[in-house]
Order: sequence, then structure tokens, then C-alpha cells
Amino acid sequence: MATTINQEIDARGSFCPGPLMEMIRAIRESSVGQTVAVLSKDPGSRTDIPAWVAKARHEMVAIEDLDGYTRFVVTKAR
Amino acid sequence: MAAEIVVLGGGVGGVLTANLIARKIPRTAARVRLVDTTGLHVYQPGFLYVATGAVNGGSLARDVRSLLRDDVDLVVDEAVGIDAAAGKIELAREGVVGYDYLVLATGSHLDLDQVPGLRDGAQHFYSLAGAERLREALRTFTGGRLVVGVAGMPYKCPPAPVEFAFLAEDLLRRRGVRAATTIDFLSPLNRAFTIESASRLVEPIFVERGIAMHTFVNIESVDPVARRLTSLEGEEFGYDLAVLVPPHKGADVVVSSGLTGGGQWVPVDRGSLLVEGQANVWALGDATNLPISKAGSTAHFEAPVIAEQIAALVGHRPARPVHSRYEGKVMCFLETGRGKATMMRFDYDHPPNPPRPSRFWHLAKLAFNRAYWFTVPQGRF
Repeated sequence: MATTINQEIDARGSFCPGPLMEMIRAIRESSVGQTVAVLSKDPGSRTDIPAWVAKARHEMVAIEDLDGYTRFVVTKAR
Repeated sequence: MAAEIVVLGGGVGGVLTANLIARKIPRTAARVRLVDTTGLHVYQPGFLYVATGAVNGGSLARDVRSLLRDDVDLVVDEAVGIDAAAGKIELAREGVVGYDYLVLATGSHLDLDQVPGLRDGAQHFYSLAGAERLREALRTFTGGRLVVGVAGMPYKCPPAPVEFAFLAEDLLRRRGVRAATTIDFLSPLNRAFTIESASRLVEPIFVERGIAMHTFVNIESVDPVARRLTSLEGEEFGYDLAVLVPPHKGADVVVSSGLTGGGQWVPVDRGSLLVEGQANVWALGDATNLPISKAGSTAHFEAPVIAEQIAALVGHRPARPVHSRYEGKVMCFLETGRGKATMMRFDYDHPPNPPRPSRFWHLAKLAFNRAYWFTVPQGRF
């Protein structure tokens, strides 16, 4: 079953740590169970975003490599 | 008819831009007006030294008038509205003022109520009053848990909390209470601060000085009674003295004008600094959404780019390409304690490669703090 994305943020114009901070802000503003997607062109996001999601104990739903950018999909777990 | 040029904000970006424009354009061709709410220019990098007892707060503020060329008019008034479509701003006392060219140098401002408990539970050095209160708190601190962290991103001067941790460690050691103190540094990122190469340089110094760094700590609330910080990531940290960088926001007048598109920061073209969707409005310094340091140095290197574009438009000549494009240049010092510092110089395409901390860069920063008043606002450096 496809995950419903509650909010998608295009952070492709932003550089490290911008996409991570966008993810943190969106998760902060979400309710438990909601899902957020962040688009990033910054290579640092590949490390930073999954590391933060693990530390904050949310759920990393998907990391999708698309045309020149990556889409990170995260569900707020607590 | 002379062009009407209005600069909003009397910080380093506003004062320098106004002076450079006036230098480039004869008075007969343009009237340059700078609008500032207080009429006082404050050297904010000095707050760190006020908090750690090295500098007197009174030396950090001067009249904006004293820093402006005679041919720049100063208007001490509060801008309460911007109508970019009509080319007008509204001032609280003087009413509506029209402009042909507008420069937004409106800075970033503290938002102490964004994090519950922050106002009462933590100290900071991001205003003169805050730095003076913190100096007193450090002077009377007899040991315990000192926690240094960041309560909101982005904030002015990314390395400042790192510098504070090092200088506070020095101060507590000199006061003989270091052995009775634990120091924890809480970073919202997975490194000491935004700039990766400089973080790699300072992190071993944290270890050397016995400062414990904790990563991915985004402060969610402060409990002033229990003296406890809670992070978004679910951790708790007890403290006896918490020093937290407050969240920052854009100027109310800019946010309410619609120019930020609902956010806090003005979206600008990273090269020209023109505000998105505008042909005669520029923004610089902390006010923009550019993914670079919010720092006086940023505004310092951006100001000539805007001044050249406006001078070219007023003079009906092409802008000189090299002087009318911002390449992301920033330069700043980073205090590492024990009388040493390093220096970072970078731009959009080149990350900094900071040298090993030395006495030289510490003395250079102290010299710059004094030389600032006679060089930067006037465009002599």
C-alpha cells in the first residue's frame, strides 16, 4: 500500500544543513503517524537525514534516488 | 529628477550599502535615505566578549549618524509597512515614503517565546542585556552543570556557541571552579556547527578541554523550575546554568509585507541579491534566505554588489560584472580559547580550510573588533 504523504518540502535549492533542518521543522510540526517527504540535492543529506531519523526514533519509510536529487520519506513515530 | 533610494536598517549591511551608494552617485542624481528604528548601530560580535568579561558593553554601540557619510540622510523611525507594488514604505511617524530603489537590511531578531520556558530558564549572549546578565551569572557561578546549546536554527554567527563554550571554559578555569563544573555542548546537527571542515577542527579541542559534545539535540522545551532541557529527539539534560542561542526570526515589517512568501527570510537571487519577483528591491545580510552564515561579514561582502547595481541603474550604464555579483564570500574568526583562534574564509563553491588555532588569529580578531568602527561601515576594508 502506498504511503500517504501529508507534506512534501522541496529543499533542492538549499544546501547542508538546510534539507535536514526542513525535515526537523516539518516533523516538529506534524502529528504522530503523519508522513513528510523532503527533496534534497545536497549529498550530505544522505548521511544527515537517516542519522537524525534514527536518533529521533522516527520511521524512515523511503530514500528514493530520482533525477539528480533524493526524496526522503519519514513518518513521525512518537 | 533625483532618484529616491531607501535603505531599511542601520546595521552593518544597511550602513555600508548606503555609504557605498552615496559614494558612487552624485547627490544631484539621487537622494539616499537610511531608515533605522533606534538610530544606534551595535557591534554584535562584541556580545561574546561582554558575556565572558573581556569587554565593556558600553563600547559596542554608536550613533548611526556618526558612521554615515554626510550625503546620506538618516531617518530615525520605525518602518511598519512595505508596499512593493506601489514603491512605498510606511513609517510610524513620518507616514508614507516613496522609493525608486529599496534595500532591505532588516536583519534577524530574537524570538524568545518560540521555545517554552526559554525566556525564564536559560541565559544567552545574543543581545547586550542578555550578555550582561550572562556575565553576572558566570561571575557568581560556583560550579555545577553548564550546558551550552542552540534553541533554533538558523541563528546569527554559527560558530558563536562553540566560541562561547571555549571562552567560558577558560573563564571558569581562571576562577578556580572548572574542576567543580561539567560542560555539555548540545548541537542541533551531527557535528559541532554548520561548517563541516571547521567542526572537524574544533571537535578534538572539545575533547581536550573536557567539553562533552552531544549531537542532534534540537531543544523543544526548557523547564526553569526543574532546570531541565528536553529535546525533540527525546533526550533530557539537567543543568545549573543553561546558555542557549535563542531562535531567530525576520523583521516583522518584512514578514508582514508578503516579501518573504510566508516564511521568515526574504528569498533573493544568490548572485544579484534582488528579491524574488522584484526589479528594484534588494535584500542582504541576515534578512535573506541564502544558505550561508547569518553574519556581519556576509552583509559586508554583499553590500558592494547591491551598491554597484543601483549606481549603474541610476547612472544609465551597465553594471560592472565582477562587482555586481555576490559569490557567497564570508570571512570570520573562531575563538578556540587559551588565547588562540582560527579563521574561516569561504564562498558558495569553496568550503573553508581553517588553519590550526594560533595566537595570531586571536590577536587579529581583537584588532578587528577595534578597527571595525573606522573601516567596515565606511567601506575602507
